[in-house]
Amino acid sequence: MNKLKTAAEMVAELRDGMTIGIGGWGPRRKPMALIREILRSDLKDLTIVSYGGADVGMLCAAGKVKKLVFAFVSLDFIPLEPFFRKAREQGDLEVMEIDEGMLLLGLRAAAWGCPFIPTQVGLGTDVLKQNPDLKVIDSPYDDKEWVAMPALKLDAALVHVDHADERGVCQISGPDHYMDDWFVRAASKSYITCDELVESDHFNSEEAARQVFWERSLTSAVCQIAGGAHPTSCPPFYGIDNKHLLQYNKYAKEGGFGAYSDEFISNKTEQDYQDLIGGIDAIRQIPQTRY
Amino acid sequence: MTATQYSLAELMICAASKAFDNEGEVLATGIGVIPRLAASVSMSTNNTDLMMTDSEAYLLSEPNPIGARGDDFVQRNETWMGFSRIFDNVWSGKRHAMIGPTQIDQYGQSNISALGSDYDKPKIQMLGARGLPGNSISHANSFFVPNHNKRVFVANECDMVCSIGYNPERLPKGYQLDDVDIRLVISDICVMDWQGPNHQLRLVSVHPGVSVKEVIEKTGFEIHVGENIPTTAAPTAEQLALIAKFDPHNLRSKQLKDNPPGVRPTASDTEE
Repeated sequence: MNKLKTAAEMVAELRDGMTIGIGGWGPRRKPMALIREILRSDLKDLTIVSYGGADVGMLCAAGKVKKLVFAFVSLDFIPLEPFFRKAREQGDLEVMEIDEGMLLLGLRAAAWGCPFIPTQVGLGTDVLKQNPDLKVIDSPYDDKEWVAMPALKLDAALVHVDHADERGVCQISGPDHYMDDWFVRAASKSYITCDELVESDHFNSEEAARQVFWERSLTSAVCQIAGGAHPTSCPPFYGIDNKHLLQYNKYAKEGGFGAYSDEFISNKTEQDYQDLIGGIDAIRQIPQTRY
Repeated sequence: MTATQYSLAELMICAASKAFDNEGEVLATGIGVIPRLAASVSMSTNNTDLMMTDSEAYLLSEPNPIGARGDDFVQRNETWMGFSRIFDNVWSGKRHAMIGPTQIDQYGQSNISALGSDYDKPKIQMLGARGLPGNSISHANSFFVPNHNKRVFVANECDMVCSIGYNPERLPKGYQLDDVDIRLVISDICVMDWQGPNHQLRLVSVHPGVSVKEVIEKTGFEIHVGENIPTTAAPTAEQLALIAKFDPHNLRSKQLKDNPPGVRPTASDTEE
């Protein structure tokens, strides 16, 4: 089955009010080209589930987010995401703030068709106080109480990978696939962008096959966008564009997100965007961060 | 051999490294330059069984130096340890994390999420609760405080309680206070633990040139102070050499304002 679609076709399948999970982690391997496509669309009232970085900041700044399910939002070397921060401090955002492991359990519960997964995580903290919908239950097997972390069912998952074929076999060859497999498994539809589109025999290599973290039946559509994770990283091809994120951060202080969007996103194609930052060759020169 | 010339950051690294010395075979996670160097020192000296990651996806058999490394540097990977697997480790309890919260209260509860009384419209939005709820109920935790003051050690409960502490009011059903495991607090003026009466914060040692009075004045709640508080041990020459090896770009000198020396003028000289 050929699952190739354009980014615009993918975003056209999303609807107002949907719950959308975004793969990656902070400033790492985020499906930013799809985020930019959403920013150019009329989509609104989204519930976003993410280990957040600039993806969350941009969607918040553009008024796309009704509710955010999160454990953190950070650009790492810039610890506080400026536009997420602004949205919260203006009181604009409905939030479900949970532990990052609870988020994983919520995705797993959705993936496994369970209404919830019991966990000790969250007990004794304001995570319970600020989320009155989170239920604490008695165990049938011991005398302790447990948080019943509810399934986080996603209407759609957006994920960027390094290699994929047109049937939706996706490879993450970088050091970490984060929770991307669980985002995909928790979602009704999964929209995947990739840096390189490969022939299926690419996966004949055992090493490549071991870097495939979900079955192709879970991939709904594939689109090749080289550099599509920029300004976040996509190893082995490019690292985090710290320079660009500093520039982005500066817009929060001067000009606002509107000015950033005018310069890089609105009324521009992904090709225009890449031209503004020096093209794909410049993106692929960005070194990996050393921690 | 004890060194005579050392920075306050180096003193704090060595004091913090003690948190990991008797932990056995656990994952040491030090968030930030000083906690990470503390774990690196412990793993290289008193607790060679310790485990550390590359802050990305691998466990290492020897800690990485911080920051850019030469092209010929070979990272000593021993086990893949992606973020999803970190939770398997966290929930098993075989971990000791050291982080620097923005607020710490009298119960050892901490906050890195948001400041202000209105949660729906925080005065300052920070990171979010991150992994603190899970860390605090699963394994040992220590705190690092680069600037000891009453805005960190707050008089009331934290604005957003991200981690469980020794607060009887919040104790979950089926739990004892002793199930919570908060270890050391290393600040720029002293070392403390939670071994006072009823897990009260207790002064363990003061850094050279710091008075007990200063610690009491800069802490927003009452702490337990025993008799004869010792001075925090100075780094050894071996420890300083290890710190230099693991921090070749001297990032430790940028962690505390003006990079003060380890031995400061006595409190009476600086009192305002």
